Amino acid sequence: MTGFLVLAVLVLFAVAIWQMNKIFQLSRVKAGDDSQIANDKDNRLNGKLMLWFMVFFYVFLIYGFWTWSSVLLPDAASEHGKDIDQLMLISMAVIMFVLVITQFLLHYFAFKYHGRKGQRAVFFADNDKLEFVWTIIPVIVLAALIIYGLFTWTDIMNIDEDDDPLIIELYAKQFTWEARYAGEDNILGDANVRFIEGINTVGIDASDPDASDDVVARELHLPVGRKVLFKMRSQDVLHSAYMPHFRAQMNTVPGMVTQFAFTPTITTEEMRNSEEMINKVGNINEIRNAKNVDLAAQGEEPLETYEFDYLLLCNKICGASHYNMQMKIIVETQEEFDAWMAEQTTFSETLNP
Amino acid sequence: MSTEANIHHTDHHDDHGHHHHKETFITKYIFSQDHKMISKQYLITGLFMGVIGIAMSILFRLQLAWPDKQFTIYEIFLGKWGAEGIMDPNVYLALVTIHGTIMVFFVLTAGLSGTFSNLLIPLQIGARDMASGFLNMISYWLFFLSSIIMVLSLFVEAGPAAAGWTIYPPLSALPQAMPGSGAGMTLWLVSMAIFIASSLLGSLNYIVTVINLRTKGMSMTRLPLTIWAFFVTAIIGVVSFPVLFSAALMLIMDRSFGTSFFLSDIYIAGEVLHNQGGSPVLFEHLFWFLGHPEVYIVLLPALGITSEVIATNARKPIFGYRAMVASILAIAFLSTIVWGHHMFVSGMNPFLGSVFTFTTLLIAIPSAVKAFNYITTLWKGNLQLNPGMLFSIGLVSTFISGGLTGIILGDSALDINVHDTYFVVAHFHLVMGISALYGLFAGVYHWFPKMFGRMMNKNLGYIHFWVTVIGAYGIFFPMHFIGMAGLPRRYYTNTAFPYFDDLANINVVITIFAIITAAVQLVFLYNFLYSIFYGKKATQNPWKSNTLEWTTPVEHLHGNWPGAIPHVYRWSYDYSKLNKEGDDYVIPGQDFIPQTVPVQDNEEEMNH
Repeated sequence: MTGFLVLAVLVLFAVAIWQMNKIFQLSRVKAGDDSQIANDKDNRLNGKLMLWFMVFFYVFLIYGFWTWSSVLLPDAASEHGKDIDQLMLISMAVIMFVLVITQFLLHYFAFKYHGRKGQRAVFFADNDKLEFVWTIIPVIVLAALIIYGLFTWTDIMNIDEDDDPLIIELYAKQFTWEARYAGEDNILGDANVRFIEGINTVGIDASDPDASDDVVARELHLPVGRKVLFKMRSQDVLHSAYMPHFRAQMNTVPGMVTQFAFTPTITTEEMRNSEEMINKVGNINEIRNAKNVDLAAQGEEPLETYEFDYLLLCNKICGASHYNMQMKIIVETQEEFDAWMAEQTTFSETLNP
Repeated sequence: MSTEANIHHTDHHDDHGHHHHKETFITKYIFSQDHKMISKQYLITGLFMGVIGIAMSILFRLQLAWPDKQFTIYEIFLGKWGAEGIMDPNVYLALVTIHGTIMVFFVLTAGLSGTFSNLLIPLQIGARDMASGFLNMISYWLFFLSSIIMVLSLFVEAGPAAAGWTIYPPLSALPQAMPGSGAGMTLWLVSMAIFIASSLLGSLNYIVTVINLRTKGMSMTRLPLTIWAFFVTAIIGVVSFPVLFSAALMLIMDRSFGTSFFLSDIYIAGEVLHNQGGSPVLFEHLFWFLGHPEVYIVLLPALGITSEVIATNARKPIFGYRAMVASILAIAFLSTIVWGHHMFVSGMNPFLGSVFTFTTLLIAIPSAVKAFNYITTLWKGNLQLNPGMLFSIGLVSTFISGGLTGIILGDSALDINVHDTYFVVAHFHLVMGISALYGLFAGVYHWFPKMFGRMMNKNLGYIHFWVTVIGAYGIFFPMHFIGMAGLPRRYYTNTAFPYFDDLANINVVITIFAIITAAVQLVFLYNFLYSIFYGKKATQNPWKSNTLEWTTPVEHLHGNWPGAIPHVYRWSYDYSKLNKEGDDYVIPGQDFIPQTVPVQDNEEEMNH
């Protein structure tokens, strides 16, 4: 591959140099017009190229949507995520509509009105009506988008604690995540980095009675259909808890507690069995198998077969291993969740085994 | 009928303070106080930094496309961090950090605004030089010094700054968090502090010059849009750069003197730090109070250049001059109250998020007006498709494509899921990176004859344009998809997540386009350097333009005009204006009327 790349670059350079040479030759032969100012021939050629570029642009656009739509995130696996997807779809539609029209006008005009000798440009300096129209249209469209967006945003961010959400602390540090469940009382015990010692890795205040039933875990289990309120902390630098499948993200900031809440709606099992995910995972495993052939040839260990899991990623640059700061999320039924929870050790049990 | 006809019968009230003195090599080429020379110095320094910045991007694109391959090129350029052809994760982050810093500040702020504000402000308003040639010289040399320090920081033992170009603390404040936050970060901050001083000196000079030194008749509404853009850009710079300076200063204090502006409750490398009560969110506010206006500091000069180049080459007045000026002012004002849209998920109060969503989407309105006005300017024109014109049209295209996705990112609810993904990278590269670069190229091709007295080769310009314009979309269009697939930016490799395995081939596509696009910039560099020495000699007004800079002789002279400063009688956009009868141009046989030509009997008067 490296060889191929180097070769490709070399070839490109060669072509570029050859082309440059050729052009210099050409421009020297035709001594008649070497003003280096576009003449009718240049205008015609570049006008046509504008049109061809427009074709390239649209083909590329269609090709992109056609072939790369399969890599996009699957349907949102959270309640508010559906609203976000809906808003995204509407915004995308507006954007594409405007994009297609304006790019057409721009490139078509560039082609149509390319300079010719004797052609007279129209002296058209102002038109209040026209300008009013294209000021007011964006105003209306944007007003609609703003209002829609703000309602969605407020719904997501205003967390009603009366819903009795499951409270979980997400704890970030270079370069891992930990989750602290609030336990039976659903109240997190106080915590501060100054309490970090030995097995107390997230700095829980042992003197706080609320802390005794807290449960610290390395996997994030969530019961489906129940609102989860994440309280987030970081012990060293900024991180960001990004859960793309749930359309959820919030930075974790040392010195303060940030929060985000959502209700998962699709269990891991259901997501794995959805048609979209089966296709995607199948595709990924095909790629991995193809790689394994190469790896086997080099006598290296093959990659494991991939199975889908929800992800929590770090999405704020945090140091050398930022690219691998992840935690598995498992969405399951309430019964499965309860069973898993029963197996965990509480904070007081950890301290006094 | 020519432009000079009207220059000489002007009165000589303001040009006696000007006398020639002997120029040595040092005063002419190095410590020059002449704005034209300083502009060339800015341009060449900017291009040099640009080469470094783009070369860095190729290195990290190679790593992203083929993370499991070894490239000897890493070892050549990165030394111990590329040993055996494997890139070190820390140096990957350093590359993206310095790439961002260099491109945003050193190329697109100093290289673009510094070059063309210096060149065009005195020439287009009819002034002999900047208000203070001395401060102007200091401004350039501070910029030069900060460039040197930034480049030197690449050779620090523990590596250059690597916390991202936004240098959020605590990552940037604690050497324990990453090696690049040691001496590399110190040099980064020192370099930027000097850069800010340079930028402020430059900006103040531009503002004073535009306000005070306009020639007789050059009212504000007769200014070319370039000058409006540079003027307003300078104002935004003066308003926002000091805030970055204060942020940098506080960060230096936190790093070196044990203060806690941005640090609190930190446990790192096995110990609790003493810092208490600071907030990284405060730094984000301060940083983006500059950081967002910075986008427009980069973009507005490019839009100004485009306005001028499009009007000249379309042989038409720019459509809606007053709306364009109003848009520049509106964008400038709004740009200072939208910074929070970089912080929707920073932990900031969600209500603030609502406010910033509102102001952010408002900024789309003047932007849309500008885009429509450019398109209308092309309509029924007589387009002279010179390389500068092509790059201007390219700018409008990327400004639209990149700007539209801003509607998604500026919407706080949608930002949640695309924040800090490649979608953002695609968006800002198109709308500010590529657009501003196109503005820079348009400016260089258009004003090269003014700067160097020679023409650039147009055919090489065409090759440069067409490969670049396809390549740039080839790089950044697919990036939207991997962003919407949930791929975070600043990942050294994506192989830690099998879920992203199906994005690998898109990354290869992007990298191949990046290599081709970067390679074709060498054509530009060759054309640029070759034409300085061997280009075709330029005529005085090669593009048949109306603005004042083309009334100066091709040979540079200190003071710009050999005789009196010309007076101005009209705005700069009287292209293809017909006489009252409508059977010919106002000046028969000539489709442009330079600003120095008084209003003729046979033309209708405009409100300019």
